[in-house]
Amino acid sequence: MLTKRIIPCLDVKDGRTVKGVRFEGLRDAGDPVALAAQYARQGADELVFLDITATNQKRQTLVTLVRDVARELDIPFTVGGGIGSVADVEALLLNGADKASINSAALQRPELIDELAGRFGSQCIVVAVDARFSPEAGWQVYTRAGTQATGRDAVAWCREVAERGAGEILLTSMSHDGTKDGFALDLTGAVCAAVPVPVVASGGAGRMEHFTEVFQQAKADAGLAASIFHFGEIGIPDLKQHLQDAGVPVRIGSALAERKVKA
Amino acid sequence: MHTQMNIAVVDYKGGNVQSVLFALERLGVSATLTADAETIRRADKVLFPGEGEAASAMRELRTQGLDKLLPTLTQPFLGICLGMQLLGTHSEENDTDLLGILPFAVQRFPASADYKVPHMGWNTLHALQSPLFAGLREGDYVYFVHSYFAPVGDYTIAQGRYPAPFSAAVQHRNFYAVQFHTEKSGAVGTRILQNFLTL
Repeated sequence: MLTKRIIPCLDVKDGRTVKGVRFEGLRDAGDPVALAAQYARQGADELVFLDITATNQKRQTLVTLVRDVARELDIPFTVGGGIGSVADVEALLLNGADKASINSAALQRPELIDELAGRFGSQCIVVAVDARFSPEAGWQVYTRAGTQATGRDAVAWCREVAERGAGEILLTSMSHDGTKDGFALDLTGAVCAAVPVPVVASGGAGRMEHFTEVFQQAKADAGLAASIFHFGEIGIPDLKQHLQDAGVPVRIGSALAERKVKA
Repeated sequence: MHTQMNIAVVDYKGGNVQSVLFALERLGVSATLTADAETIRRADKVLFPGEGEAASAMRELRTQGLDKLLPTLTQPFLGICLGMQLLGTHSEENDTDLLGILPFAVQRFPASADYKVPHMGWNTLHALQSPLFAGLREGDYVYFVHSYFAPVGDYTIAQGRYPAPFSAAVQHRNFYAVQFHTEKSGAVGTRILQNFLTL
């Protein structure tokens, strides 16, 4: 049975992970390679690296980082942040990224999605959508790291990106991000019902029940979070056990698999 | 133990070859990424990864003459993802004729509210029947990303379910292939690659 995915997200700047990360026994919590390996061992189903490096000349650092992570990591990983062209995506994929996530560039020129899907296949093109709710405008799409309103309706935009060839949607509710009050169930549910491709829900996770809700009520395919994992507030093995007990299909026993399968 | 082995990874601009090379590197094996017919013919083992779209992949294989070479190979051969689908006869994806090494026709998953397309994520393996899966168990998880599938047939050596059974792995003579990404399937995928290297 296809399982619901749990995805930790790491912010990367100049080739290092930022935001404090509390992991026992990690010598250097800023080392993306060590962190990625740690999450994989704990049973993360996938990783997302979000590059928040501001300048273009630093992009090469990201490519080097992707290569270093890919060399060690045996689960899929997605790289996003500031990706604007076919060449950007090609450099990431050639160095071992499995998927590239685009956001502002797709809003600026939606045809980019068609071009990327045509060139590399839908399976590796993720479109990230940042949405914020207001009583007047409903769920609206924001761009430029959530600083500018676009006037686009979130569900309509998600439908468009799927039609243009996005293989997955990474949907973040800015209204819920950082609140730890739970995911945006209404928005996530509406998008999941509107598009034929998998949807990763992001923003608002604070407790394990929030993941159960977003999978069972909103029908999300994956749940993404950052700080609750980094600060050890929720451990991935505990989260997966909780989900399984609640009847959500999850991949459990990667540690078991390690024991069983080691040659 | 495999360091003396001569492994060719077929280079036809078919997507995530780097992930496959890294996975082999983690097993202590160095492989040659190549489109050269002689290098591929002389290799002890051949890996045929792939991602993306079937018609452009077939065009690239024809351009390089690999469509003629690959069916004549006799050493252990492992197709991965699109590299498995290309071994069939025909794909619904842009009405594409394939290599014809195995007798299956590739079909698109029907999309529904409960079963999104692409089939993306970790799913279970069933009805395992090959030395390729030594040490694995029914229900072990591997990572899939695909919108098209090969139906179950005599050639099927492992099944997936989405929700109907499909071929998660196939074999004909020396030609083995898996629909999932062995190189991205954690310890289970690593074991499958190891098993292939000892065939």
